[in-house]
Amino acid sequence: MIGWFEDIVIGAERRLGEHNFTREAIVAFATAYDPQPFHIDEEAAKASIFGGLCASGWHVAAAAMRVIIDDRARLREGIDPAALPPLGVSPGVENLRWANPTRPGDTITYFSRVTAKRETKRPGWGLVSMTTWGVNQDGLQALAMDNKAFVARRGHVQVTGG
Amino acid sequence: MRSHPDDVSVVIAYYYEDFPAGEVVEFGDRLVTAEEIVAFAKDWDPQPFHVDAEAAKDSQIGELIASGWHTGCLLMRMMCDAFLLDSASEGAPGAEEIRWVKPVRPGDRLHARRTTVSARTSRSRPTLGILEFHYDLMNQNGETVLVMRGTSFMRRREAAP
Repeated sequence: MIGWFEDIVIGAERRLGEHNFTREAIVAFATAYDPQPFHIDEEAAKASIFGGLCASGWHVAAAAMRVIIDDRARLREGIDPAALPPLGVSPGVENLRWANPTRPGDTITYFSRVTAKRETKRPGWGLVSMTTWGVNQDGLQALAMDNKAFVARRGHVQVTGG
Repeated sequence: MRSHPDDVSVVIAYYYEDFPAGEVVEFGDRLVTAEEIVAFAKDWDPQPFHVDAEAAKDSQIGELIASGWHTGCLLMRMMCDAFLLDSASEGAPGAEEIRWVKPVRPGDRLHARRTTVSARTSRSRPTLGILEFHYDLMNQNGETVLVMRGTSFMRRREAAP
């Protein structure tokens, strides 16, 4: 999902980046936001449906957001900032799925594909629909979701980063 | 931190049967600070309108707001504290929908409402119940800021040892 709203091509697919999940990070994230036993306690996790420690789904989703932002930051290096407008906010996601648990040591590679775009009532902003997913080092899907974001239309907004 | 539900020293308060379809429960009370909005966003969503109050003035919303993933995580923590950690929870396969209805700002005070949409037992795992929940997360003005529809797995009381 690169460029102004007008530049975005339906069907365009992009490898966003990857994120490694250490045991320490899994436990730290879950301790703050999702301290269920199977996210924070190896022994307890063995007795759970997961059979071992796994990351909170919110952690796997937050990492997707982080790679999206890092991808845009890399793209911004060395180009005219006018070529890459700021992202707007997101109205939400649908069909969020954690098909396989994310384990300590896993590296998830995230991808995104544009599925639709439309103009909105908000002047200067269009709405872009995407499917975003993450696959672990064994090719198993860790995360999938249909997400949307407002994207600036050319000539309507000041470019200040984002 | 509480122990695992299977620890015999811990009493599980809530099984699948304790979440009947149609039940509505209010829970949680969480103040959101500017510091934690910025701290979460620096780690997971470093966009100007989540990490920098000055830069946020030039953004779509025009002020510092929480990352939607942060708001979702705050709801998750409220769910854990209100009932999940005392329950026979076996996690969640996903969420049908998360909608960020209104921005969450520094100083907002959040509370939540859970509605059980449906409850059924699993065919493939007879010891497990499948619960569909609808959550509304609201601010101090009673405005809904986030809506989530999700599925949770919960062990059945009959299956308890």
